[in-house]
Amino acid sequence: MSKIAVIGVGQTKFSRRPDASIKEIAFEAFKEAVDDAQISTGDIQASIICSATHYDKQRTPAGVIAEYLGLNPQPTFNVEAVCASSGVGLRIGWSFISSGLHDVVAVVGFQKMTELSSAEVQEVMGRSGDVMWESPFGTTMPGYFALYARAHMQKYGTKPEQLAKVAVKNRFYATKNPKAMFQKEITVEDVLKSRMIASPLRRYDCCSNSDGAACLILAREEFARKVTSNPVWVAGLGLASSPMTLTSRDTSLSSFNCSAEAANQAYKMAGVTASDIDLAEVHDCFTITEIINYEDLGFCERGKGGSFAEEGQTYLGGKIPVNIDGGLLAKGHPVGATGASQIRTLVKQLRGDAGETQVNDAKIGLAHNLGGIGMYCAVTILKV
Amino acid sequence: MSFGKFGKVSYVSETKLQEFEKALEAGRIMGTKCKTCGKLYFPPRADCTCMKGDIEWVELKGNCRLLTYSTIYFAPASFRYEVPYILAVAQFEEGPTVLAPLNKDLKEDEIEIGMSLRLIPMELAGGRVIYELRKI
Repeated sequence: MSKIAVIGVGQTKFSRRPDASIKEIAFEAFKEAVDDAQISTGDIQASIICSATHYDKQRTPAGVIAEYLGLNPQPTFNVEAVCASSGVGLRIGWSFISSGLHDVVAVVGFQKMTELSSAEVQEVMGRSGDVMWESPFGTTMPGYFALYARAHMQKYGTKPEQLAKVAVKNRFYATKNPKAMFQKEITVEDVLKSRMIASPLRRYDCCSNSDGAACLILAREEFARKVTSNPVWVAGLGLASSPMTLTSRDTSLSSFNCSAEAANQAYKMAGVTASDIDLAEVHDCFTITEIINYEDLGFCERGKGGSFAEEGQTYLGGKIPVNIDGGLLAKGHPVGATGASQIRTLVKQLRGDAGETQVNDAKIGLAHNLGGIGMYCAVTILKV
Repeated sequence: MSFGKFGKVSYVSETKLQEFEKALEAGRIMGTKCKTCGKLYFPPRADCTCMKGDIEWVELKGNCRLLTYSTIYFAPASFRYEVPYILAVAQFEEGPTVLAPLNKDLKEDEIEIGMSLRLIPMELAGGRVIYELRKI
């Protein structure tokens, strides 16, 4: 089987973008990726446009975006897996190339979450669970993850201070990433004093709505070798699902089964184990999610995620650096762009191009992209 | 529609499970059971994933144990005037689990994971029907 590389990456700064439309923010990321790959638009044989479309004013946004990027008449369509949209988009791009259909594919993730009024956002937010059995009681995104946080605390003794450490770390690294939304450090005390959103999760335990786009250019080995001397290879892919309703999941409510399943698939395909990973980007929509991810991905023992964070094992120089670009918590979480942004960070690191936060001799990176309330999970392993 | 009254707000009114709402109005919590494989479902389902059998309605006693909870302070628009409210997941003694509001009169320090609760059918103003978890 031909190897497939990520040959170009691009990303807008994640922030509020009242100055630009979805097409224009997608173009910014796309242009950066095309320039990075040193190819031209005409080399791209298909585009995969990824977003959580319930946030979009534009119905079926792939139509207007492919047009604006100059990608007609090539195939284009939308991929939606909520927060995991562009993680899933990468898998589809990989399949297009590995099937022999195409040689070069663009995966564009975007979201302009501030395009809707706050009343509209709140209405959308009220339907994030099963609308027949759960939304009728006022469930929310933070509320769902708070139910996991409380169960994890009860089962393993995880403490609010340990959750806070995750937010402190990610805010710290965001100050070193010019593309991150938040550029100020915070303390454990700031987190513990912030407003309660859904107990035990406070304001700083939660990521922020944000606008932004990220783009990946994928290519077959033969093409990749022609245009770049430092291709980053897609070595492992995993994609799995869990029931959407909490009541159909494992009653421990302290692990995301789809994460563990997707990770196992990706480790197996890449022929590596958790201890081989030099750095990881994991889906920290909430602080508790990052802690549970450490366990589901096998970075630490089950139940030890809290102390792993507390000991600083996921800082640069620790056992495994995690989210050293700021993560969703501090870089911002424009839903459809997040998965592609995670891959962009890994590609920069594996090329040795990450500046101040460079992980020494990084060879293998892992991205973990969770969708919605934990019903979809894409895990991708990259190698140089 | 006879599912359109279920919940504090309802999004779905058309379903094969209309009996559920009628039973709830009559004060009974119903699940469904597969006549072939015996699997018990709550929330009820019209179809079993074993693909082999018909389902039947069965009443649940409502006795359950608290698995986890959260007090919601930041709510969707339709729940704006209800905050703070507590949502919980509890497991019935018959096995399945339920996500439901926990009675507001309980203070956070009176709540303990593992505590015994009962799921009670309730009628709200305007004829809406819900269930709520209460301490017993």
